[in-house]
Amino acid sequence: MIELRNVTKSFPQGRSTVTALTDITLTIEDHEMFGIVGESGSGKSTLLRLINHLEAPTSGTVLVDGENLGTLAPRALRERRRDIGMVFQQFNLLGNSTVFDNVARPLRLQRRRERDTVMQMLEFVKMADHHRKHPSQLSGGEKQRVAIARALSTQPRILLCDEPTSALDSGTTEEVMAILRDVRDRFGTTIILVSHELDVIKSSCDRAAVLERGRLAALTEVTPPPAQERFDSYAERAREFLG
Amino acid sequence: MSDLLARLTEYRGEIVLSILETGIMMVNSMVAAVLVGLPIGTLLYLARPGGPYPRPWLHRALNTYVNVVRSVPFLLFVVALIPFTRALVGTSFGTTAASVPLAFVAAALYARFSEQTLLDVPEQTVELARSLGAGPLQLIGLFLFPEARSGLVLSLTTVTISMVSYSTIMGVVGGGGVGDFAIRYGYQTYEYDLMYTTILIMVVSVMVIQGAGTLLARIIDKRAR
Repeated sequence: MIELRNVTKSFPQGRSTVTALTDITLTIEDHEMFGIVGESGSGKSTLLRLINHLEAPTSGTVLVDGENLGTLAPRALRERRRDIGMVFQQFNLLGNSTVFDNVARPLRLQRRRERDTVMQMLEFVKMADHHRKHPSQLSGGEKQRVAIARALSTQPRILLCDEPTSALDSGTTEEVMAILRDVRDRFGTTIILVSHELDVIKSSCDRAAVLERGRLAALTEVTPPPAQERFDSYAERAREFLG
Repeated sequence: MSDLLARLTEYRGEIVLSILETGIMMVNSMVAAVLVGLPIGTLLYLARPGGPYPRPWLHRALNTYVNVVRSVPFLLFVVALIPFTRALVGTSFGTTAASVPLAFVAAALYARFSEQTLLDVPEQTVELARSLGAGPLQLIGLFLFPEARSGLVLSLTTVTISMVSYSTIMGVVGGGGVGDFAIRYGYQTYEYDLMYTTILIMVVSVMVIQGAGTLLARIIDKRAR
């Protein structure tokens, strides 16, 4: 369970400060797929980065399973972060490492060499055949699938996704979202998904927080779209959408 | 021409010796660049304000050191360092002694170059390392250096080539080397053909070093271009 209690975050900017988040209180349950939506600059990425303490709150507390990461020593904080996977808009793959080595990197940080785990994760995202390639040889959607495999390699209980489909076209977006839904169903991972694309949130999330200029404007249950709106191919989707 | 050939044959031993001396000075400089310069450059990168591990006082101290070493005119630096060189290697004369000031300059140069190369690594790479719970040594060894490796090779190449040029001055303290040979025989005894021959040797060796560096950097660069 993740709890944010009266969290405010401001950044120094020159001599003044800019407030990114104001008095946010919300709770995310285990195994939930939770969306955070808002326009750009609404503070949604900052909110996500508070959860693994990449950003420290200016005031208020963030609790992950009842623990305040802000009170931990650096070493203990690093340990906890290994239990929270992260997926980024720009994939953040290491360009000089192969697909396999990218996925193995989080395990190496824990001095674990588990070839099988790496290959299982690559199989899960259907990228096992590409394990010897370098990221520059992959398409955007393939890169994001590798990035998801990397985030999953240590079997985290929480997965943070920061605009994971915003650099992808619509067909690839659905492919990546299908994988994220699979992750939740198969591993029971709590997934927190930041996006400005409302249909991405609607297709997958149970609940969503709506941010507006750093404030929690709404907290709502998400009604899933009718099943036929999940398209398998771009052509199919385009025909339906335009016709 | 046959005149030159005859003289080259006559001085063959000395030419080979001077090339060896330059080689020793180059190797010592490169070792200093990698073992001292690279760690300093990495600390400059990590400790900078806004960097992954900001330590303003450490950054300021290292930055000042690098600037001082790089700003003192090299000939003056060699002379000023004589007492230190004598304390360190027991003599202030000869190829080993000449390597000391060269090593200082090479380390300072490479510190600056490697800092700049690391600054070119995308901020997302550092963010990824942090999100994965990487410690400082893991950040360096598993994220920064692997991503920056071709830039690090290219800048080491540049440092090495600068050292070829710096080493010509080392005749002042009996360091020998190709440059010293050219000055002694070419400039001081008016044997210009010998001087131009040694200059040619230096030009060719710089081209070989640069070619090797560029090739290696390209082979290990797997990122998109």
